[in-house]
Amino acid sequence: MPKLSDIEGVTLAERFELAACLQCGRCTGGCPMSIRSPLNSRKFLYESLIREDGEALLEREEVWDCTSCRTCSSRCPRELDPAMVMRAVRTVKIEGGRIPKTLMDAMESSLKHGNPWGRSRMKRTAWAEGITVNSIEEDAESERLWFVGCTPAYDPRAMGMAKALARIFEVAGVDYTTLGSEEVCCGSEMLRAGEEGLFEELSEVNKENFAELEFAEVVATSPHCMNTFIADYGLDIPVTHYTQLLAALAAEGKLPFGGESEEVKVAFHDPCYLGKQNSIYDAPRNVLKAVPGVELVEFARSRERSLCCEGGGGRMWIEGMGEGERNAQIRVRDAIEMGVDVIATACPFCLLTLEDAVKTTGSEGKIRIFDIAEIVVNSIDGSERSE
Amino acid sequence: MSTSAPSALVVGAGVAGIQAALDLADAGVKVVLVERGDSIGGRMAQTDKTFPTLDCSSCTLTPRTVEAESHPNVRLITRAELTGLTRAGSSFEAEITIRPRYVDLERCVSCGRCSEACRLAGKVLSEFDLGMGNVSAIGVPFPQAVPSTYAVAPEHCLMLRFGKCGKGPKCAEACDVDAIDFDEEERVERLEVGAVILATGYDLYDPADSAIGRPELDFRDNPRVITNLQFERLSSASGPTQGKLLVGGVEPKRIVFIQCVGSRDRTTGAAYCSRVCCMVSLKQAVLALEKLPGVEATILYMDIRAFGKGYEEFMERAQRLGAKLRRGAPSEIFAMGDEVVVRVEDTLLGGTEEMACDLVVLAAGLRPRSGSEGLAAIANLTVEEDGFFATHKRDPAGGLGEGVFVAGACGGPMDIPDAVASGSAAAGAALESLLGVGGG
Repeated sequence: MPKLSDIEGVTLAERFELAACLQCGRCTGGCPMSIRSPLNSRKFLYESLIREDGEALLEREEVWDCTSCRTCSSRCPRELDPAMVMRAVRTVKIEGGRIPKTLMDAMESSLKHGNPWGRSRMKRTAWAEGITVNSIEEDAESERLWFVGCTPAYDPRAMGMAKALARIFEVAGVDYTTLGSEEVCCGSEMLRAGEEGLFEELSEVNKENFAELEFAEVVATSPHCMNTFIADYGLDIPVTHYTQLLAALAAEGKLPFGGESEEVKVAFHDPCYLGKQNSIYDAPRNVLKAVPGVELVEFARSRERSLCCEGGGGRMWIEGMGEGERNAQIRVRDAIEMGVDVIATACPFCLLTLEDAVKTTGSEGKIRIFDIAEIVVNSIDGSERSE
Repeated sequence: MSTSAPSALVVGAGVAGIQAALDLADAGVKVVLVERGDSIGGRMAQTDKTFPTLDCSSCTLTPRTVEAESHPNVRLITRAELTGLTRAGSSFEAEITIRPRYVDLERCVSCGRCSEACRLAGKVLSEFDLGMGNVSAIGVPFPQAVPSTYAVAPEHCLMLRFGKCGKGPKCAEACDVDAIDFDEEERVERLEVGAVILATGYDLYDPADSAIGRPELDFRDNPRVITNLQFERLSSASGPTQGKLLVGGVEPKRIVFIQCVGSRDRTTGAAYCSRVCCMVSLKQAVLALEKLPGVEATILYMDIRAFGKGYEEFMERAQRLGAKLRRGAPSEIFAMGDEVVVRVEDTLLGGTEEMACDLVVLAAGLRPRSGSEGLAAIANLTVEEDGFFATHKRDPAGGLGEGVFVAGACGGPMDIPDAVASGSAAAGAALESLLGVGGG
């Protein structure tokens, strides 16, 4: 069996400087899972440091509950990185074959099909059938790559994001291209689930594509793809999120919003990978504020305190040990109590977890979940999509 | 030189600077005491009670501020700053820039009519009360202020901002003794002194700071989240609520004190312990328990540091009185209806809780005064990595330049008893230096 101390030949405590831990609890207190899961990052760090046989941590299944939102690491007063400790433990567990079956399937699919959803490579562009989407496969050249992402490309609900963005780019005259069926998974979730080797493999394909086609800029649909391009790829070109592009277009008056519109009360749910990890808080709000009829309101837990939807860190493919109300359900309940019509978000995982929470809380008809791109398109083309 | 009386400049008239000035003055040194603000007393003047004895802070301080103003060997200059310092032989030439007060120190009888008459009366947020009370554009920060002369706030006064105030400034109209002069100008004085003591105090950490703040603590937007210094003003009889602990006009039933806000926290740019906040919160918990019978007072801490004389005993007193000490540094705070929710792991129990309460008091840490680096450059001192003035390793009062000394919290966080001792130490060191200059 692989051991924790096998990583780089040092113990977990040495590798992550856990001797400096204050045991203050700010990591656990901020952890979105700590109320409903046995996951306790402070205790985890303490045991890594104190127990001679830190290997016992490998038995702990709750490391799979981590959503990799990084709230813990952002709060640590000694600037330690509990989120990376969780990832390191996952890596060793995977090497020993101790991995949830559903996650294993997603990893195998990523390797085999270039996406974690178990779908064929050839179906990656199925979402684009019948609509105008620039693609290198149809010789559309551009210095700006729109990286669509696996979930917006394959998931029937998240596909709304991809379709909406394609439509916005079309009407706003945005110069871009996509990789079509050449696009492969960015690897963000696989890396955060602990599978470094798979991440290397996927990222190499993307990096080669980016370099070969000499892109000068990447715009990503998903904050997860964007984040890994920024944090893990080491690209030398700027990477942005689509909300930043839309905010710029809105500021320049290039989004032809519809004139008449019903008043809609919208609360924005900050995706962790956009906000907490990349400090992009204002761009999505500026887009929403520009849409006629939108009244933007704030969750008490917004921006730096946004309540993680539990979709990150591979959690889309891991059930987890958490009991009781899911965070996305809390989010939906809070929004209904606030009298909100729509929860807007800007991430395919948040979109799916929130949609699921509407169903599991029986809140259909009380509240709707939209991605910001969909809200923009609803205003441009009329609201037939919103029904 | 040696025939005239020795002289010294003390910059900053908080409790440390006053102590240093009076010690020197009592020893026969001619002291110029320069204060940036409108009145003297510094942070201690804002404090309600002192630990561990729960003495009334202003009752202890006022005799000292009055003495500093009236001592024949002390010349007090307010609204003034040290803007230049050059060595001239064995002494210094100090340049003092004095901003106008717009009210004549000799004529003003502190009747208060100007303040009542001011067009902005009740519309200006009190700086002294940390934004919690409403005042005028002319006034004194608190009733026992020294000097008692009123002063105009140039950042608010209509006359000074726009050159006109209705048909004429109402304050001047109301003043029987003709003390208000809007034409007063900034002036510069050059003084020869034999020694300099810097006692410029500290700034309080701002949890809402855009660069090093902690937005997750909801301080900026939530009126139920206040700092420990704001608590002092609420608790003080001269404060905006006349000493009643009220939040939105209502007495809180559950108060949570949060330690180490902006201290021991590299994410806020301060790795150091601020040394005073544990005792401040214990004291404030006791005040709350005494003022509001039945109140729930919880202190959330990482470590309680009660190291001074009588401090540990005070901590036990607070505990026995009902202060609940729970170990865990909260991670975030958010509003829920009329309540505040503190999300914290009690590290002794090992589980995260969402604690609902009515008032959160952030034990904000001590920071170097803004502008410390500039002042250090003027006075030929250096600042440490933490931003406070560097002192000699073997001489805690000694600055790194000869004849320049450091007193109080500008050299590092300290509480009132330590600041007083530090003021005396700096006075002693300055005196030694002055006597040496005199050939003794």
